[in-house]
Amino acid sequence: MNVIWMVLVCLSVLFAVVGGRIDAFTKALFEAGKAAVEVCLYLVGIVSLWLGLTKILEDCGIIYKMSNFFRPLMSLLFRNLPPGHPAITNITLNLLANVLGIGNAATPLGIKAMEDLQTLNPKPDTVSFEMMLFIVINTASVQLIPFTVIGLLASYGSQNPNRIMLPTFIATVISAITAVAILFLFKKLYDRKT
Amino acid sequence: METLQQSFQYIIPLFILFTVAYGFAKGTPVYESFVSGAKEGIGIITGIFPYVLAIFIMVKSFQASGAHDFFKGIFAAATGPLGLPAEVFSIGLVKPMSNAAALGIFTEILKTHGPDSLTSTIAAVIMGSAETTFYVIAVYLGAVGIKKSRYLVPVCLSADLVGIIVAVIVARLFW
Repeated sequence: MNVIWMVLVCLSVLFAVVGGRIDAFTKALFEAGKAAVEVCLYLVGIVSLWLGLTKILEDCGIIYKMSNFFRPLMSLLFRNLPPGHPAITNITLNLLANVLGIGNAATPLGIKAMEDLQTLNPKPDTVSFEMMLFIVINTASVQLIPFTVIGLLASYGSQNPNRIMLPTFIATVISAITAVAILFLFKKLYDRKT
Repeated sequence: METLQQSFQYIIPLFILFTVAYGFAKGTPVYESFVSGAKEGIGIITGIFPYVLAIFIMVKSFQASGAHDFFKGIFAAATGPLGLPAEVFSIGLVKPMSNAAALGIFTEILKTHGPDSLTSTIAAVIMGSAETTFYVIAVYLGAVGIKKSRYLVPVCLSADLVGIIVAVIVARLFW
């Protein structure tokens, strides 16, 4: 991330200087600040709401039962999660929210899942393998029905906007599997190095 | 399709009903539990903010400086001979950075090529199967204050690249 951030920021400055776009560049910095504040303000509400709800699930004990219920499925991928750990439930709920396209529930549940995974992380400043696996599956964005895209296709007068459903689903499943495979490949290379 | 989408809208309210009712039936002080859980929210977001800011500065300045257009041009020149429309690749390039920008390009494609063209179809499949990778990484790592991301970013970016190639192949196989 250090390298990517440095390269992209420096490239942007160079392009802005050479292309005479300093004004646009400076404006973009202010816009970035504003956008970051707006996104975080939006997140405060929705994340707090889900943290409150999952706290109820924890306090009444059902989250541990749910985790045991989901464990057989999740342990196919996440092998090192202890039985009954809340992380299992929150990961499952996040993936469900993603698959069903309930987008604004997915992020808060994902944040909660990351918190649970952090309690199992031996090095708190370094990402654990389970976290990477979780994020990689999330960025592959497996979605049963891409509502936004279908809606847009329909509003521009497509004859049959639903026809993209199956190919999208197939494409996203294949790319999710490949993404996980790439992660395991990197793990192998990395483990050998150290 | 709309009825299905609407039926999914019931999931969260029903989930809330179940949580509150079940918790209450089990003798949990649901209101106090909710408040004490929700209290942690603002602390987490305070932790996320610098990560999101760093990503937004990177993305926005990359777009505004003209660097983005330059690389789009290179992609277009490289993929043109393969018979692939350049716009398809600009979606692939933009989507990991910004959902709004990708949606903008997508609607532009729908307008110029028509919603039932091959270009629009490929673009639609990419839109549905790619995610705003940098943003997701920033929010999730920021939530737990992780600074060392090891090989996560290279994995996600190569997965994105594979995802776009897969989307193009699958869309072509169908049409």
